[in-house]
Amino acid sequence: MREDPVSEMSEDDDRSPPSDLGGPASVTVSSNKTRNCTGVCGSGSSSIEFQAPYPDQVLENVLESVLYFLTSRRDRSAASLVCKSWYRAEALTRSELFIGNCYAVSPRRATRRFTRVRSMSIKGKPRFADFNLMPTNWGAYFTPWVAAMAKAYPWLEKVYLKRMSVSDDDLALLSESFPGFKELVLVCCEGFGTSGLAVVASKCRQLRVLDLIESEVMDDDVDWISFFPESQIYLESLTFDCVECHVNFEALEKLVIRSPSLKKLRLNRLVSIGQLYRLMIRAPQLTHLGTGSFSTLEVNAQGEQEPDYISAFSASKSLVCLSGFRDIWSDYLPAIYPVCANLTNLNFSYANINPDQLKSVICYCGNLQIFWVLDSICDEGLQAVAAKCKELRELRVFPVDPSEDAEGPVSEVGLQAISEGCRNLQSILYFCQRMTNAAVIAMSKNCPDLVVFRLCIMGRLRPDHLTGEPMDEGFGAIVRNCKKLTRLAVSGLLTDRAFGYIGKYGKLVRTLSVAFAGDSDMGLKYVLEGCPKLEKLEIRDSPFGDAALSSGLHHYYNMRFLWMSSCKLSRQGCREIARALPHLVVEVMKTDLEAEVGDYVETLYMYRSLEGPRDDTPQSVEIL
Amino acid sequence: MAFEREDLNLEATELRLGLPGTDQDQSKEKKTPPGVKTNKRALAADVNEGDEFQSNANSDIKKRGQETAPPSKSQVVGWPPVRSYRKNCFQAKKTETEASGIYVKISMDGAPYLRKMDVKVYKGYSELLRSMEDMFKIKVGDYCEREGYSGSEYVPTYEDKDGDWMLVGDVPWEMFITSCKRLRIMKSSEARGLGCAV
Repeated sequence: MREDPVSEMSEDDDRSPPSDLGGPASVTVSSNKTRNCTGVCGSGSSSIEFQAPYPDQVLENVLESVLYFLTSRRDRSAASLVCKSWYRAEALTRSELFIGNCYAVSPRRATRRFTRVRSMSIKGKPRFADFNLMPTNWGAYFTPWVAAMAKAYPWLEKVYLKRMSVSDDDLALLSESFPGFKELVLVCCEGFGTSGLAVVASKCRQLRVLDLIESEVMDDDVDWISFFPESQIYLESLTFDCVECHVNFEALEKLVIRSPSLKKLRLNRLVSIGQLYRLMIRAPQLTHLGTGSFSTLEVNAQGEQEPDYISAFSASKSLVCLSGFRDIWSDYLPAIYPVCANLTNLNFSYANINPDQLKSVICYCGNLQIFWVLDSICDEGLQAVAAKCKELRELRVFPVDPSEDAEGPVSEVGLQAISEGCRNLQSILYFCQRMTNAAVIAMSKNCPDLVVFRLCIMGRLRPDHLTGEPMDEGFGAIVRNCKKLTRLAVSGLLTDRAFGYIGKYGKLVRTLSVAFAGDSDMGLKYVLEGCPKLEKLEIRDSPFGDAALSSGLHHYYNMRFLWMSSCKLSRQGCREIARALPHLVVEVMKTDLEAEVGDYVETLYMYRSLEGPRDDTPQSVEIL
Repeated sequence: MAFEREDLNLEATELRLGLPGTDQDQSKEKKTPPGVKTNKRALAADVNEGDEFQSNANSDIKKRGQETAPPSKSQVVGWPPVRSYRKNCFQAKKTETEASGIYVKISMDGAPYLRKMDVKVYKGYSELLRSMEDMFKIKVGDYCEREGYSGSEYVPTYEDKDGDWMLVGDVPWEMFITSCKRLRIMKSSEARGLGCAV
């Protein structure tokens, strides 16, 4: 798996987004340091922009030199508030700009304040857009941003977008406007196709990173891989595992051959294991590999010897991150044994393997830190993970059958085992059908370093399946015992009591996800009144109404957004919020366009903004 | 359960992927996008205002008049919170298998190379067995529950999902074609005590 792109851009840590989780700082930070400083002595500005002379020029130059080294954007924001001089200096030295909500600030305002940006990160839609809860044309268009950036940042090197709508024209403009462009990372984006990729490939001559992660890419019948320049290229990372169309394999092979710096390669599921082999022997220096289908796609030619996959893996001595396995044939699983001991990151979340198959691999993976897997491995498989992977930091268990009536092969047994075996666990996402408070409490005690705890009991409103009690005590223990917790997702049968616990103990919680939970307005009140660090709150199908909404007025300006769908809100209640807080954009969405504009609010999405209501809303969205 | 749903008439305001006014047999039934998803670019004219909540894939599939059956379970939109991409991956696999045939390797002890057969094209075991006999020029005879393929020189076996070698014919045909991973025609002299490690 790539290093957890989903939480890569979360604010679970203060730092600007690193390109590797826990790894060294990204390219842009280092460019931060190597760029010309204006010089302590204040002699002659080496910058291009005109600077009006003012008395504190020397002091400000010193300040700039110091501020170059400030990477945390929270620290930078704090520094910019000290005084005008610091504000200016900080604005001039910020080279990585992070826009957490593309509608919170306009491209114009951002590019005016920060004039020397090399790296842009922009996030668009809220997370619930992933689950079909928003209209497809809701917004988050990259177009105005790339237009402004093209004018303001000729030296732009990196663009990172998450949940944005990106068109081929946007990609074309990007490719033409930035001669030094190096990195393009698109996570959960849509709106573009292989023709856009072709332009990027052919025109971005300095390209090092092209990562398409869980994005929707249209098939324009363009052989984009062939558009990379013929000469040797600087490509270090190529990720296209989400692209659902065939790539020209011969072109890909040639590309790999002429990319000596290539370290990360993630293939899509239309690449067979035979083709994988051919690529692997060309690129034994890879550190991150997405294996594609990991099966034979066509009928075997008669009598043809299968390649020695084991030797290919043995030769890849630098592999630390393995993913793919999209259509895995378990026959081939032993091929990866040679690299298991070095793996820190293994993504089996598309590999429908059984416990024994998992065990045969995991027994070699003593250094694993990040592990994504399907629940097909059952509790038994999780027990094996717990026994072997003592360094595990992050675990994600996805359901093979993501439906409420699914059998649910994992349960509290697996969770308990993990909590006992993996004491250093920091982040967990666990889909299941049966859970107990006892297991959750155990995890809260055994894994004190937990920063992210996301439990999804798929059947709605399910209680502790042994005691019949609500899951309040389990989640209560998590917020009480895990002192570093910043992200929480709750599920199962929950009363207001659970929210009372969250409000009382969840003092560091920044992101909270709630679904089908709570009894009354008190639940939401507890949270809004009790959690001072809350930034992102997403709620669906819970009985919280206008009174609860008003209880958060003191806090909404400190939040990135609030999402509430299928709750008990009325237009009147939402309108009152909009009136009370002029810098809040209050969006109300509905599915059925024909329906009367009644008082009931189906979906509320509100966020702070310096710009007021946006002008690109679709018909289904109304701004109060 | 404290949350009463009736007063809110959530069904009427339910987010769904169907067109407004479409009939639903169960409350909260959602038309799960059928597995095979095309990402070919949809023409602008095809996506009209009323389809705002449908993905491109859905529109394409509706146009093609897919015969895929609607889900039998009642589901809520967006729950469990698994990205459509991930959901579609496994559904797509299932449907692809249904559409394109299930090819399994078939080996025969003593033969120089393996073959591949599409087990999907057969209606049942007898057709499969005749085809195997034809392919390898052998005789296996017929299956009988008590004694398997007694009397014949060759015995057809298969490897199932759990990695176990089983006698062809023991389980219902549908179960067989979904669980069969590969076939092997063993010499009957070796096939004694099937169920032991081969």
